[in-house]
Amino acid sequence: MTGNEMSYYAEGGIERHRYDVVVVGAGGAGLRAAIAAHEAGAETAIVCKSLLGKAHTVMAEGGIAAAMGNRWPEDNWEVHFRDTMRGGKMLNHWRMAQLHAQEAPERVMELEDWGALFDRTEDGLISQRDFGGHKYARLAHVGDRTGLEMIRTLQQRAVQVGIDVFMECTVTDLLKDDAGALSGVFGYWRETGRFVTIEAPAVVLATGGIGKSFKVTSNSWEYTGDGHALALRAGASLINMEFVQFHPTGMVWPPSVKGLLVTESVRGDGGVLKNSEGKRFMFDYIPDFFRAETADTEEEADRWYDDKKNNRRPPELLPRDEVARAINSEIKAGRGSPHGGIFLDIASRRDADFIRKRLPSMYHQFKELADVDITQEPMEIGPTCHYVMGGIEVDPDTELSSVTGLYAVGECSGGMHGSNRLGGNSLSDLLVFGRRAGEASAAYVAGLARRPEVTDESVRAGEWSALTPFQVEGGDNPYTIHQELQQTMNDLVGIIRTAEELEQALVRIEELKERAQQMSVEGHRQYNPGWHLALDLRNMLVVSESIAKAALARQESRGGHTRDDFPATDHEVWGHKNLVVRLDDAGTGVTLAEQALPEMPDELKTYFEET
Amino acid sequence: MAYDLKLRVWRGDIEGGELTDYTVEVSEGEVVLDALHRLQATQTGDLAIRWNCKAGKCGSCSAEINGRPRLLCMTRLSDFEPSETITVTPMRTFPVIRDLVTDVSFNYRKARELPYAELGPRDADGKRRMAQVDVERGQEFRKCIECFLCQDVCHVVRDHEDNKQHFAGPRFFIRYAELDMHPLDTHDRRALAQGAAGLGMCNITKCCTEVCPEGIRITDNAIIPMKERVVDRKYDPLVWLGNKIGMRNKDNEGRTEV
Repeated sequence: MTGNEMSYYAEGGIERHRYDVVVVGAGGAGLRAAIAAHEAGAETAIVCKSLLGKAHTVMAEGGIAAAMGNRWPEDNWEVHFRDTMRGGKMLNHWRMAQLHAQEAPERVMELEDWGALFDRTEDGLISQRDFGGHKYARLAHVGDRTGLEMIRTLQQRAVQVGIDVFMECTVTDLLKDDAGALSGVFGYWRETGRFVTIEAPAVVLATGGIGKSFKVTSNSWEYTGDGHALALRAGASLINMEFVQFHPTGMVWPPSVKGLLVTESVRGDGGVLKNSEGKRFMFDYIPDFFRAETADTEEEADRWYDDKKNNRRPPELLPRDEVARAINSEIKAGRGSPHGGIFLDIASRRDADFIRKRLPSMYHQFKELADVDITQEPMEIGPTCHYVMGGIEVDPDTELSSVTGLYAVGECSGGMHGSNRLGGNSLSDLLVFGRRAGEASAAYVAGLARRPEVTDESVRAGEWSALTPFQVEGGDNPYTIHQELQQTMNDLVGIIRTAEELEQALVRIEELKERAQQMSVEGHRQYNPGWHLALDLRNMLVVSESIAKAALARQESRGGHTRDDFPATDHEVWGHKNLVVRLDDAGTGVTLAEQALPEMPDELKTYFEET
Repeated sequence: MAYDLKLRVWRGDIEGGELTDYTVEVSEGEVVLDALHRLQATQTGDLAIRWNCKAGKCGSCSAEINGRPRLLCMTRLSDFEPSETITVTPMRTFPVIRDLVTDVSFNYRKARELPYAELGPRDADGKRRMAQVDVERGQEFRKCIECFLCQDVCHVVRDHEDNKQHFAGPRFFIRYAELDMHPLDTHDRRALAQGAAGLGMCNITKCCTEVCPEGIRITDNAIIPMKERVVDRKYDPLVWLGNKIGMRNKDNEGRTEV
C-alpha cells in the first residue's frame, strides 16, 4: 500500500447500519422517494455524495412541467402526454409518459403544501411559463431558480419527518445475497475514507446523470453515472443509452464557465437566437415533424407570446435536440459569435425590469462571471452536454429494475423521455416517479418473509475493489485519464456522430479502461479527491462504453442521437425498438441487444392521429 | 493572457496545519476555484476542496479568501492584481476536516431544530391562492443557497464556541422570517425564535448581509422585522392588557403558537 495509513487490517471492523429502504442520491428524485418510503412506514435512509441540498436539482432553472391549467384551462394531461411523446420522437415508454402527465399536477401542489413559494398568476394561482415543446404555458416556476425551491422544500420536508441522511458518503457497490436478491449497499465516508455497510432489502437509485464523461457539460463533478454503473454491475439493464441531450444554450465564454447552463426560460420569455449576420436562423431549421405547429414568420412567432390560439410557436421553442443541432450547423457554417457560439438575445426584446425579474439568476450569472449585462447585450451561447435520456430499465408503475429489490428514479432511470426530454419534464419526472418508487420499495420490504443477508464475502470484495488505486505505484493519474475520456466523448460521441468516429471512441475507451486498471493515487484516504475520482472513473468508463456502443448500433438520427452517416429518422426499422445494454459475462465491458418498444394501447394512439 | 498566480493555501487537518505556497498557471476569466482545481490536477492530487455546481448556485465552495468569506467559484481572479498572492483558508467558525473542507454539521443540527410550514386546507377547487406581492417577501429568503458564509462571519459564533448551543444563526433567522411572512401559514413561532433560536443574541452588525452571495438583506428584511415582531408579542402594553383582561388577541389572529 502506498501512503495508506488506514489499511484494511489496521482498521478493524466496518461500520454497519440497517434500514428497510436505502435511497442513493439526494436530488429531487431521491428526496421524494425517501419521503414516500418513510410515509409508507419503512425505516429509510438517504446516502448522498455531497452535503444535503447541493445535488444537481439545485441547478434546474426553468420550472416543473405539470398540466395544472392555471394559465391555459385548455391544458390537461392528454396534451402534456402528447407533447412528451412527440418531444421524445415516440420512443418514450408510453406508460411512463402517461403516469407522468397525469400525476405531475398533484406533485406540484404537494410542494406548495410543504412550504414552497411559487410565482403567482394575477389570480393568485401558481404561475406557469412557456417552454420548448410544450403546447401551453405549463412550467410552475420560481423566477429562474425553480430547482433550488424544489430541493429546499423536499430537503426541509425530509428533515421534518426525521429521515436519516448519510451526507458525503459514496456508494461503491450494491450487495446481493447468495440467491441474487439485493441485500444492501457498500460505500465510504468522504470525510474519513472509512467504509460503511448498510443492510437493506430495497435500494432506490437516484444518482442522476453522466455529464462528467463529457468535456463541455452543465453537470457538476457528482454526475459520473454511478447509478447506471452500479445497476449494470448488479445485473440490471440500461436502455436508450445512445440518447444524450445537448442543451442548446450553455455559456461559451469565459473558458472557466464553458458549458454552464443558460436556462431555456430566456427563450420561453421572449429571447431569440441570432447568428453573426443578425439573422433569426431558427426559421431555416423547422423540421417537417413540427412544421404544422411552428410559426414560419417572425411576425407570427412574436404574436404567439400573447395569443396562442391564433398563432403558432416560435421555432426557438422547438424541442432541445432540434435547436442544438441548428446552433451546431450555424457555428460550423462560420456564422458563429466571436467565442465560438451564437447569440441569444433578450435585451432587444424585453425591457430591463422584466428581464431582471423573470431571469434574476441569469442576470447575476452573466454579470458576475462574464461581465455581460443581459439587459443590454446578447449572450454568447452554444450546446452543452446536459442530460442522459438513457438509464436503468424499470417497470413504469413501480420503478423496479430487473434485479429484485433494486429501484431507479430520475435521470439514472430510462424510458420516460424516449430519445429527447422536454424542458421542465425532468423536475416533474423526479417527483412523480420518486414517490412511486418510495411507495413500491416500502411495500416490497413490508411483504418480505425474510430479509436477504449481507455476506462477508461481498463486503470484503467491495473493500478490496475500493482500495485498489492505493495499491498501484507509478500508474496513471486519475485526473489525466478523466481528461482524456472527456475529450474523447466530446470529440467522437458528441452532438453529431459517425460510425468511424464512434469506432475510434470505442478503441480509445478500451485503452483508457486498461490504463484505469493501473491508476495510482497519492495521499491517504481522508477526504482525498484523487481517490474519489479514481473510483468514479470506473463508472464513467462503463457508461461511456454503453453510450458509444448503442450510438454505433442505432443507424438513424432521432432526438438526442444524430448520425451524420444516417441523417434520416427511420420509423420503419428503428421506431419500434430500444437498445438494451447489459454487463458482459466477463464483467469488463457491455453487450448490446435489441428489444421491441412497448406498444401503446389504442385509446392513447388516438392522440397522435390528427397530425 | 495566461500568467503564473501565486497561491497560499491552508493545508492540514483537525490536528493542525500551515499555509503552503504554490504557483499555478491561470488564464483570463478564471475564478479562484479554477486555480485550485488546476493545482489539484497537476501538483496536489489530494488537496481537499468541497464544491459542486461551480456557478454560485449550490453554496458548497465556501472558504475565506484573503480573510474574507467568499464562494471560491464566484471570486474572479481579475479582482486581484496578477502579482498579488491570494491566500485561501477554510471557514474559521467551523472545525476543519481537511485543507479547505470544514465540518459544517452545526448548520444541519440547527436545521433539525427548526419549525416548518403548516398551511391550512386548500381552497375548494384543490388549489391555493396567494398574491405575488405577498410571496415575494418569503421568496427573498428562499434564494438562500446555504453556503453558510453568514454563519461563518457572524461574530456571535465566530470566536465563541460556547454560543453555538444557544444560537441558530442568520441562515436560520431568515427561515423564521420566511415562515412568519408566509401568507397561508398558521403557526406563530416568535417565542421559539427568541428562545430556542437565540434571536436576541444578534446585535445587528450586518456582517451577514455583507457576505451573502445572493444579496439577501438578512438584517434589514429578516432579523430586524423578526425582532420587532417578537417585541410586539412580548412588550406591547395593549397586547399585555388585552391578554390580562381576556380580550381576543389580534396579534395572534389565525395563528397557533408553537
